[in-house]
Amino acid sequence: MSAATASIDSVVAAVEPTRVAAIDHTSFRRRFFRSHAAVTGSVILILVLFSAAFASVLYPGDPRDMVAQASIWPGQDAHYLLGTDMLGRDMAAAIFHGARQSLFIGFAATSLAVLVGTVIGVLSGYFGGFVDDSLMRFTEIFLTMPTLLFTIALVIILGPSGGSIALAIGLTSWPQIARLVRAEAMRVRQYDFVSAAITIGMGHVRIILKHILPNSLSPVMVAASVMIAQVILAEASLSFLGLGDTTVMSWGGMVGAGRAVLRTAWYMTALPGLAIFITVMGFMLLGNGLNDVLNPRTPVR
Amino acid sequence: MKKPGKYVTRRLLQVIPTSVIIVLLSFLLLKTAPGDMVDVIAAESGGATKEYMDQMRELYGLDVPAHMQFVHFINRVLHFDLGYSFRDNMPVSSLILERLPATVLLSLSSIGFALVVGVALGALAAKYRGSVLDTAISVISTIGFATPLFWIGLMLIVLFSIQLRWLPVAGMVTVGMDYANHWEYALDVARHLVLPALSLGCFFLSMYVRLTRSAMLEVYGLDFVRTARAKGVSEWRVITRHVLRNALLPIVTITGLQLGGLFGGTVVIETVFGWPGIGRLAYDAVAARDINLFLAIFLCSSLMVIFMNLLVDLLYVVLDPRIEVAQ
Repeated sequence: MSAATASIDSVVAAVEPTRVAAIDHTSFRRRFFRSHAAVTGSVILILVLFSAAFASVLYPGDPRDMVAQASIWPGQDAHYLLGTDMLGRDMAAAIFHGARQSLFIGFAATSLAVLVGTVIGVLSGYFGGFVDDSLMRFTEIFLTMPTLLFTIALVIILGPSGGSIALAIGLTSWPQIARLVRAEAMRVRQYDFVSAAITIGMGHVRIILKHILPNSLSPVMVAASVMIAQVILAEASLSFLGLGDTTVMSWGGMVGAGRAVLRTAWYMTALPGLAIFITVMGFMLLGNGLNDVLNPRTPVR
Repeated sequence: MKKPGKYVTRRLLQVIPTSVIIVLLSFLLLKTAPGDMVDVIAAESGGATKEYMDQMRELYGLDVPAHMQFVHFINRVLHFDLGYSFRDNMPVSSLILERLPATVLLSLSSIGFALVVGVALGALAAKYRGSVLDTAISVISTIGFATPLFWIGLMLIVLFSIQLRWLPVAGMVTVGMDYANHWEYALDVARHLVLPALSLGCFFLSMYVRLTRSAMLEVYGLDFVRTARAKGVSEWRVITRHVLRNALLPIVTITGLQLGGLFGGTVVIETVFGWPGIGRLAYDAVAARDINLFLAIFLCSSLMVIFMNLLVDLLYVVLDPRIEVAQ
């Protein structure tokens, strides 16, 4: 069986007009490093990942513990560079630990959205007809619902834990990916090499895995990067509204708590908001950069 | 090309299954949520006996099988009877209608602001493509996308209300103020409106900038623009009469869709500014665990989106007869 399928692969590979050329490794690297957006975004994200990874080393213990006098302004005490909040907790520790929650939800929800979106998009675009019609109707319903309200409803039902928040945001985010993958699958399906593969007797699953999906990879990568940014913003909104996971530090929750003392200590609101902004910006820049790098239609200036 | 009449009918018919599924979904969410209406009543009145609760369940039709409850539910929704809020002691539909004007005012002002400024900036960026101005505008729009709206709102409060004391912190009117005339009232509301409308507008603004820029760049490359220039039409006229006009279609679409999503989109900003609209109502409903009220808002918002989507699609037929109505 393996010899037969291998030969089919080589026949099909020979007729496939490789878009893979755009993802050729050396040229990818060169284009990537030439893109200011991609490089800036990556640097920011490496710093954020570093904060999340080393939060426990740099700031051991529970960031929710009181460590000093309350409401020390940033820069006032060298030991607490970003100051302390109204309960005397170290702001810097909270922000470093908060990175974990944002990144965890960001990656978890986006992975779920990419998984569901890819499966539905590929089935829809590849098979077309009745399958496409019903799946797109289904997708449309998810696009119709107000995202934040639906997420809130799900969180109320599932309870406010990290997993349920990721699940809720992931369940509301997949339609974008589904539409994208569907369009790619429809495009690729028209090529002769797919008809050739079908004629030779290659199974649908193999065609999808070997030819349709790899071709959808680059637009999905771009979309996923931007989606992580949106997910982090959505999680921040939920936490800000008090619907987040209250057992861990989250940036949105910190902004929400700081709101009560906005008049006297606005830094408690400003700093975690800035952390959200920087992280989201990092993912957006990476997404924009990847788009320039992977999308050959965009001229390089 | 297919007949527009046939398309319109088909599009109208499509609305029915989508709406029914949305209603079903709200019903399912209502059923899955912990506790039913009777639990809420019992909690509000500080406790109730088992017999009393059973009696209440019978009264509100909660003792019949779920599919029968769904039939009743649809029937009630068709009569715009969305249940009763025992926390606020009034029908949910009146609660929503009462809050509607504030949300409409806020959304229309922010979308209006974003539309005017966003289209202008997007057009400038497209006209001077690749220049420093273009880069600056694109950086601004990326910032608008990357900043949490609630944070923009809070920072505007810090700057304009707390430090500079130019504008009020929250609410829609000054509490306890006597108005000499309608103008004074309107001015007071307007002063309260500035900050929430600006914060909410930031997101829409970024979207309009990008949309206008890319739509205009697409049209710039087309033959009829070159023809117009070759004819000696002034550049200003080329932009306003030819390029912008043709780029308008996607802008109209997005505006329609945004207006559809207006119920759901304002939760965060209305909470930040204590703006007495639907979004704030939804937040209060969640905080008070009034699931019935919350899902009624969810249902209304979804139906609103369906309606606006329909309207946009039908507008397309009118606006652009070239559009071939796809199968």
